[in-house]
Amino acid sequence: MALSTPLHIVTGKGGTGKTTVAAALAIALSSDGGRVLLCEVEGRQQIAQLFDIPPLPYEERPIAGTGRGGGEVYALAVDAEAALLEYLAMYYRLGRAGKALDRFGVIDFATTIAPGVRDVLLTGKVYEAARRRTDGPESDFVYDAIVVDAPPTGRIARFLGVNDDVAGLAKVGPVKNQATSIMTMLRSEQTRVHLVTVLEEMPVQETIDGIEELSAASLPIGHIVVNMVRPSLLSEESAAALDAATVDVDEVAVSLARVSLPSAAAQDLLDEGTAHLERQRLQDEQDSLLAATGRDIVHLPRLADGIDLGALYDLADDLEEMTR
Amino acid sequence: MTRPAQTRPRSTARGGRQARRGTAPALDVDRLIDDDRTRIVVCCGSGGVGKTTSAAAIALRAAERGRRVCVLTIDPARRLAQSMGLTELDNTPRPVDGIDTSAGGSLDAMMLDMKRTFDDVVEAHASPEKAQQILQNPFYVALSSSFAGTQEYMAMERLGQLHAEGRWDLIVVDTPPSRSALDFLDAPERLSSMLDGRFIRLMLAPAKGPARFLTAGFGVVTAALNKVIGAQILTDMQTFIAAFDTLFGGFRQRAEATYALLQAEETAFLVVAVPDDAPMREAAYFVERLEADEMPLAGLVVNRCHDERAAGITAADAESASPRLASGSATDQLTSDLLAVHADRVRLAAREGRVRRRFAAAHGDVATAVVPALSADVHDLDGLRTIAEHLTAPR
Repeated sequence: MALSTPLHIVTGKGGTGKTTVAAALAIALSSDGGRVLLCEVEGRQQIAQLFDIPPLPYEERPIAGTGRGGGEVYALAVDAEAALLEYLAMYYRLGRAGKALDRFGVIDFATTIAPGVRDVLLTGKVYEAARRRTDGPESDFVYDAIVVDAPPTGRIARFLGVNDDVAGLAKVGPVKNQATSIMTMLRSEQTRVHLVTVLEEMPVQETIDGIEELSAASLPIGHIVVNMVRPSLLSEESAAALDAATVDVDEVAVSLARVSLPSAAAQDLLDEGTAHLERQRLQDEQDSLLAATGRDIVHLPRLADGIDLGALYDLADDLEEMTR
Repeated sequence: MTRPAQTRPRSTARGGRQARRGTAPALDVDRLIDDDRTRIVVCCGSGGVGKTTSAAAIALRAAERGRRVCVLTIDPARRLAQSMGLTELDNTPRPVDGIDTSAGGSLDAMMLDMKRTFDDVVEAHASPEKAQQILQNPFYVALSSSFAGTQEYMAMERLGQLHAEGRWDLIVVDTPPSRSALDFLDAPERLSSMLDGRFIRLMLAPAKGPARFLTAGFGVVTAALNKVIGAQILTDMQTFIAAFDTLFGGFRQRAEATYALLQAEETAFLVVAVPDDAPMREAAYFVERLEADEMPLAGLVVNRCHDERAAGITAADAESASPRLASGSATDQLTSDLLAVHADRVRLAAREGRVRRRFAAAHGDVATAVVPALSADVHDLDGLRTIAEHLTAPR
């Protein structure tokens, strides 16, 4: 079997900017004229919110404004129920029976209660998109790369490994075969799982745990993306002076007065400076924990003004090394 | 304990019609936790906003103000868990050491073990023989240990159990970081509609014998299922559902009871957020959803906020002054750096302010408490006390 489309799976703890990084990576991958599919699987319409477009239907459609260098980013919100009906129609030609299943509540059961079926369907849809061929029936929608905005770090190994569980439940038959093929794809050279984090204790710990879990499940790890890094605004001399607590608040007040600022603010500014220094130290500590994993790491700056399309392009430039 | 007229959680949230557009009325957390009619506090919000920390801080504060409190956490940070003595995940509330009990209160804490909770339910409601059969079924093993959704059901199940035990007069719950963080509200409804569904009855039909289910659709459905999932997996599934049949009713009943408990006046929901676009959007969604479900919303907690008016110097002034000091004496250079730090901070605060005012414009009557950004992570009881003090400080 030929290799499938390169697959980038982006995970991260909630609040670390996983969707933003997934979108920026999709833009980066499309920069050389590539066609890239950006999928979300959690039904939260985060891609639509990020790009400020109407909610995405279960349909692959281009995102306006993402074409750079002739490239194109398509977005898809994978919906488990629609994926199941599509799957039944595609692989089993179950037109009428598919409807009967729906009427009997089977679709509902399968996508909400039945263990793991939802995750199987979500990964299954990604698998379907990744194995399309230019000479196949879906030749119009063949992608150069697929980026998945995946479930959070705490759930990622379970999400990606669900097909192993299913392959274990179904000892023979088509479900077993499908599950096995999906796991083969996810463990192949073509797949990379990237972990997004910020330099705080808990997200970093989850990232390190996530790397362990993914390795244990033989899933291929790509980059650690360190997001929202705050630059140090203090020179070494300033940091040393704050550290040694040798600064005279009255002298700072004099400096402030020199530029016509209220000298009464001196103590507040010193407190802010000390807090800044403390945060930078915590950041550095967490960064060295990540460095100790020996994984590839990219850093993205914190953007003070929030995320818009222009910001996504800037972030995409910073992610360029992940596209190689 | 004195009780002001407006102590109902619902009226705390919805009492502020006079609030100006864009500014929210203050959330009085102390009044909420001091009111002995408040029996359950649920902290919900998107991932990474400090839900667990807020829940722990509120529980600790309530305990030290004299209430007998149990805090149910789902997935606490390791060091936070350790600070509360939660070194093992054993599903049992354990007393937290180092609490000031002079007001007569106490604090127990536990971490949810979803498989254990599930197993306990099975063992409590099925004969030993049947329980064994269920516990060993591959579908049960998968459902109870590794699949998404189960955590929400089990968190609600455990809450119901703790409440029924009656050992505590306040239970503070941290909600699971689910796909949609309000999945736990949907759990009872989903369970009910599923169990009443024709599919379950269909799956049970062979076990129950009579051919009355052999309607026109039946053959098509089983044939389709056989084709797609194979006969062996279908048999396992049937065995599982049949064995589970007696339990399902109990599950549904308890899920519905817990849902009703959440709606009751004794419950208070706190939506937790940080002042950034996505979390505040989620917070708005939670607020709307809780209202739609007639859940008693007490208010919004916004963690990690910066002060827009800090030091009385605007970002623009700081930015224009900073370079003018950059080439002066050592103190001038330090002051220049400090002004750069200040400008960055005030810009961030201004952006946060915009995000918060946007929320308040749409949900202006939701009482709000603001917790400032701290420079270090919280991982001991003193840290939790500090958070709680900020949370309850009058604005």
